[in-house]
Amino acid sequence: MNAPAKTVGTSVKRTEDARFLTGRGRYTDDINRPNQLHAAFVRSPHAHAALGEIDKPSAMDVPGVVAVFTGADMAADGVGGLPCGWQVIGKSGVPMKEPAHPPLAVGRVRHVGDTVAVVLADSRHAARDGAEALMIDYDPQPAVVHLADAGAAGAPQVHDEVDGNVCYDWEIGDQAATDEAFGKAAHVTRLELVNNRLIPNAIEPRAAVGEYDPADGSYTLTTTSQNPHVIRLLMCAFVLNLPEHKVRVVAPDVGGGFGSKIFHYAEEAVVTWAAAKVGRPIKWTAERSESFMTDCHGRDHVTTAELALDADGTFLGLRVKTLANMGAYLSTFASSVPTYLYATLLAGQYRTPAIHAEVKALFTHTTPVDAYRGAGRPEATYVLEKLVEKAARELKMDPAELRRKNFIQPDQFPYQTPVALAYDTGHYEASLDRALELSEYSSFAERRAASEAKGKLRGVGFSCYIEACGIAPSAVAGALGARAGLYEAAEVRFNPTGSVTVFTGSHSHGQGHETTFAQIVADRLGVPMANVEIVHGDTNRIPFGMGTYGSRSLAVGGSAIARAIDKIIDKGKKIAAHMLEAGEGDIEYKDGVFSVAGTDKSLTMGEIAFQAYVPHNFPHDKLEPGLDESAFYDPGNFTYPAGTYICEVEVDPETGHVHVDRFTAVDDFGTIINPMIVEGQVQGGIAQGLGQALLEGAVYSDDGQLVTGSYMDYAMPRAQHIPDYRFDFTCTPCTHNPLGAKGCGEAGAIGSPPAIINAIIDALGPLGVDDIPMPATPLAVWQAIQDAKGGTARAAE
Amino acid sequence: MSIPISMTVNGQPVSGSVEPRTLLVEFLREQLHLTGTHVGCDTSQCGACVVIADGVSVKSCTALAVQCDGSQVTTIEGLANGATLHPMQQAFNDHHGLQCGFCTPGMVMSAVDLVTHAPNPTDEDIRKGLDGNLCRCTGYQNIVRAVKAGAEGMRTGMGG
Ligand code: FES
Ligand code: FES
Repeated sequence: MNAPAKTVGTSVKRTEDARFLTGRGRYTDDINRPNQLHAAFVRSPHAHAALGEIDKPSAMDVPGVVAVFTGADMAADGVGGLPCGWQVIGKSGVPMKEPAHPPLAVGRVRHVGDTVAVVLADSRHAARDGAEALMIDYDPQPAVVHLADAGAAGAPQVHDEVDGNVCYDWEIGDQAATDEAFGKAAHVTRLELVNNRLIPNAIEPRAAVGEYDPADGSYTLTTTSQNPHVIRLLMCAFVLNLPEHKVRVVAPDVGGGFGSKIFHYAEEAVVTWAAAKVGRPIKWTAERSESFMTDCHGRDHVTTAELALDADGTFLGLRVKTLANMGAYLSTFASSVPTYLYATLLAGQYRTPAIHAEVKALFTHTTPVDAYRGAGRPEATYVLEKLVEKAARELKMDPAELRRKNFIQPDQFPYQTPVALAYDTGHYEASLDRALELSEYSSFAERRAASEAKGKLRGVGFSCYIEACGIAPSAVAGALGARAGLYEAAEVRFNPTGSVTVFTGSHSHGQGHETTFAQIVADRLGVPMANVEIVHGDTNRIPFGMGTYGSRSLAVGGSAIARAIDKIIDKGKKIAAHMLEAGEGDIEYKDGVFSVAGTDKSLTMGEIAFQAYVPHNFPHDKLEPGLDESAFYDPGNFTYPAGTYICEVEVDPETGHVHVDRFTAVDDFGTIINPMIVEGQVQGGIAQGLGQALLEGAVYSDDGQLVTGSYMDYAMPRAQHIPDYRFDFTCTPCTHNPLGAKGCGEAGAIGSPPAIINAIIDALGPLGVDDIPMPATPLAVWQAIQDAKGGTARAAE
Repeated sequence: MSIPISMTVNGQPVSGSVEPRTLLVEFLREQLHLTGTHVGCDTSQCGACVVIADGVSVKSCTALAVQCDGSQVTTIEGLANGATLHPMQQAFNDHHGLQCGFCTPGMVMSAVDLVTHAPNPTDEDIRKGLDGNLCRCTGYQNIVRAVKAGAEGMRTGMGG
């Protein structure tokens, strides 16, 4: 029997599409339970207020309202606070401050949208009417909103017990060595920047359905999560005090996450707890305006950075100081984002020998900030790649050549950076060269002249990014403060008639795991893809799982599947040896066939599977029936995807409008399973990066109102904003996982903002503009042009 | 106060009784259990809820169910011909025009409407025509390719 054709490396069309294209996807809001109640959450309209009396009867009087619960009710039941999963230890060993975060506010509200009460009713409309009617006494108090103000003396305090609003003050790298490098520098390039606050905006709003079964005291939470096991663990152990074996968490089809659906949110705990309280299932779905106020935001850094270079452009040292906004409470992974996911990436693709970074994390009266696509790595890339490009301008060097000069060389891997990470492999010049070629950089001057002839300004910008993905070796993560291991689990189960069910701890919310994972399984086990089912997102079916974020699914989750497959093959060899009456050592396995070396005796995988379940003559003391293996895979290192992005923009100096004319992305993701899906991930990532660079930014008024609270005010990238990209891949396979894969989910969002902003600055250079903030809206660009004109009045004449 | 309404949805006559404030999308999702039509926003901006009513695309979060009394409505569930996907659905599969799938029903319905009114759209026409549909996953490039191929499929009556 011939094995099916290999699929890995080919663009197999997605199997999951069929249900999504016909309206048969099953998202959390599509689920309804008999006798369910609907929940509406009452949210604080104030950024900071003392919470007075909550007049429950005012809501209970609304027809259809069944119950109202507040923070006091949860506290009376001993419900705990939402925990943070990563403890950062600051300078001099001072641990970060972890103020309590009750699911429903107690005594005080700390951001617009803070959750105050829940109203349960027979219908969604009645619940909302009840929430509207609920009378609450607020005593509004001064709020601190902006990072620059949060650390100032006399600033309003977000938490009484957190002095000066400082969550932690942390550093990494060798300060003395860095100072010394600056001491001998021929040139220092300096930069101040803001990394704009973003609102993730997965198109599916968060939702949750809580159920309680008094028959066995068990709970089921269906939720829009990227990691149902993590939610179960956090909710059971820290918030509701429930035994994990009595709690099932299901994350069915999830409509995009981008980090925002990693975290354990208040609503999940409230609907689960309240379901037992009232003895009825409880359903909640966020309105978009709630998503804006309560999904964790991303980025929000203020940074100064300096690069020391010698006279010929060799990097000598890098110094970075960053303020990071945590928002009002510490969300699940918030503390790790501006530290271990940020400052550890500041070496970039370069041999900079000395680096020192300081990060101060501050609380403000704003929505909590946590991981959003890229999480820390876009912020690091933006600092470094803007700084390098500025250095090239100052030294009048070609930005590509300055980078090339400082790249870590292929023969230097594994490469230990001065900021903790050890890169396993890479070839940075290869992706730079391919990107230069694909973008037709050599003819840029002609295109610039053509733009000028039309009265437009053309610029080109680079970004050579690196990211640490496939989080993470548990030992390393643990040493750095992670309170969880970051392995992944998988189970590969042959069914008696030869089909395969694979249970993975990764979660697919757009990534196409049902296709890519099936490709790996089909190729390695020699079964057709159609006979492979990928199951994810249910704590009752999956052995365990840490979930999907940080571009880890293939590198860690896929590797766990590969390990389980190895065990299946080992077991298959034992069965084959018995069936074929040969020594186990003589059995060879290839493409779904077990054979005795040097003979024509063989059995197919399907025959082995059948025998495993119909073991009529198995020596049961030596050979167990069944063909079902599981594996936990803990990676040996992070993976290090890297690449070069080159952007060309055309700016209209009259209006400040920026047109992205050409965008080239060359990425090294190691081994690629499905190029179509990988390209799709990069396309989506770049769109989010372009959103950050040109359109998106959360705006708070000085008193803490979220001004960008809907799609009317927050500019999302639409089809017209996005150019057609040019793509290619280079490949240095990851050296330490069985697939050679590095991960591709975040690269686009990490690499693109500096390329776009650098291109705009390059375009506006002739007008005397030397910086531009994100988002580079037409107004911001026009303003920068006007400011430059004012400042160089004579030159502009 | 409940108001009786009836309409034809995906070729089937349906009826129900709704509060005056009930939106078309609520009627479809909650009473008819046609959950393919999604809700992504509360300001009529995302297009996840697009259906075709009496021949034109409608954001079903912006129409009251009572306004559609007597209408002919097609939702994503009614687009395929049995097991054969509509050319636009097929084109989205062929060109990887979807990732999480949440925007997809609205995107496909908008695309069908666009091509119905402009059978041979340019890339520019498609990008403009989909201005009312947000997708956070794909970056749109593959959606544009899919709609182009879907248009071709609709013109020739073939899968994309
Ligand atoms: S739900 Fe967003 S436009 Fe209708
Ligand atoms: S596919 Fe996820 S929003 Fe479009």
